[in-house]
Amino acid sequence: MEKFLRDATEFFPILLQGVGLTILVTLGSLILSTILGIVWALMRVSGIRALSGVSAGLINLIRGIPIIVLLFYLYFVMPDFGVTLTALQAAILGLGIAYSAYQAENFRAGIEAIDKGQIEAAQTIGMGWWLTMRRVVLPQAVRIVLPPYGNIMIMLLKDSSQASTITVAELALQGKLIASSTFKNTSVFTLVALMYLTMSIPLILLVRHLEKRAERK
Amino acid sequence: MIELRNVHKSFGRVEVLKGISAAVEKSEVVCIIGPSGSGKSTILRCINGLESYDAGDILVEGARVESKASSIVAVRTRVSMVFQRFNLFPHRTAIENVIEGPIYVKNEPRAEALERGRVLLARVGLAEKADAYPAQLSGGQQQRVAIARALAMQPKAILFDEPTSALDPELVGDVLSVMRKLADDGMTMVVVTHEMGFARDVADRVLFIDGGVIVEQGAAKAVLNQPQHPRTQDFLRRVLHPL
Repeated sequence: MEKFLRDATEFFPILLQGVGLTILVTLGSLILSTILGIVWALMRVSGIRALSGVSAGLINLIRGIPIIVLLFYLYFVMPDFGVTLTALQAAILGLGIAYSAYQAENFRAGIEAIDKGQIEAAQTIGMGWWLTMRRVVLPQAVRIVLPPYGNIMIMLLKDSSQASTITVAELALQGKLIASSTFKNTSVFTLVALMYLTMSIPLILLVRHLEKRAERK
Repeated sequence: MIELRNVHKSFGRVEVLKGISAAVEKSEVVCIIGPSGSGKSTILRCINGLESYDAGDILVEGARVESKASSIVAVRTRVSMVFQRFNLFPHRTAIENVIEGPIYVKNEPRAEALERGRVLLARVGLAEKADAYPAQLSGGQQQRVAIARALAMQPKAILFDEPTSALDPELVGDVLSVMRKLADDGMTMVVVTHEMGFARDVADRVLFIDGGVIVEQGAAKAVLNQPQHPRTQDFLRRVLHPL
């Protein structure tokens, strides 16, 4: 235990640099996946066959490709087509695209859970499609969507470690580098695990809070 | 002001409206009665374009109703609807439900819409419930808010789709008396209902629908007191004397 604490104080500052990147990748891809997810979901429920078809196809395509392959594609293959991304850009883009599929399905479930009578009531006071979405459907769907959204946040935090495969020096990669140079595998990876856990605890509490709030309504 | 000419409508292979022709004049109250599944509600839903129809014409103030065309918005601001299950927006208070259409569809200034909204809530007897959410209101109160919401669009006519069918019996009276007041004020109303007392006392005309056709129509008292067609007689006997 004493040895662990000594190692911890030594490695913690280096690992903390990785934490910064982990948070950056998580936040960046969370925002991107949320925006893309809303777009896919709205296309899916638009009632326009071409749009919903494209959206359904895209979602299945994205879901069917492992995140790690998507990251390799963006980072190693895209340069062959003249698009060169930094590792950080590729990580945020890749995770953002990968998670947009889950976000979209979650948003769609929320939108489709709204009673059809709500949409009809909006229509009968003269609201068009977009106004109905903005004023009636989405505000109600948010309550349904929030608890699973919290889970997606936690999953995304953990999956941000996959950015290490394309050289983003986030927490997991920093840990691996220290471990392979010091051979203190136990101390380092215990510390890394604890740091991921510490970051996800606020998110877990947030999810619990959101679920309670959704229940009350 | 509302005219239906030989309207046909099918859901899949089931034809629910088999040539409905009827007209509703300004300030007229028309009740549509008939057994469930006869197509009563479908008629209302076709009039304001919630459903499309397959053949025939529906005209509102001379303009053809086409559910998929952008002109449908103009129809809906002229012909409002009140639903069996109220369909109030649960995330908005009573007054917010009422002013939603005026502000976001008609672009009325908020202050003006609020003022008019409060007058409307007072008119349906709920001035003190303006800031309550739908979940805090009884079914009868919710339906009266829904009526105020419909009135807020300053419609030329209101369609009522079984407005009291989802209410506890003791709450039915409040809603019906609001509707009676509307009728007295000259509102054009088409009411699908099972409240024969309301139809007899308030309606000018009654249409009896069965199997997608108008079986009998005429002055309310005539149809309800001396029905001519055997199916009307049979239906009224079952409704008025269920035992």
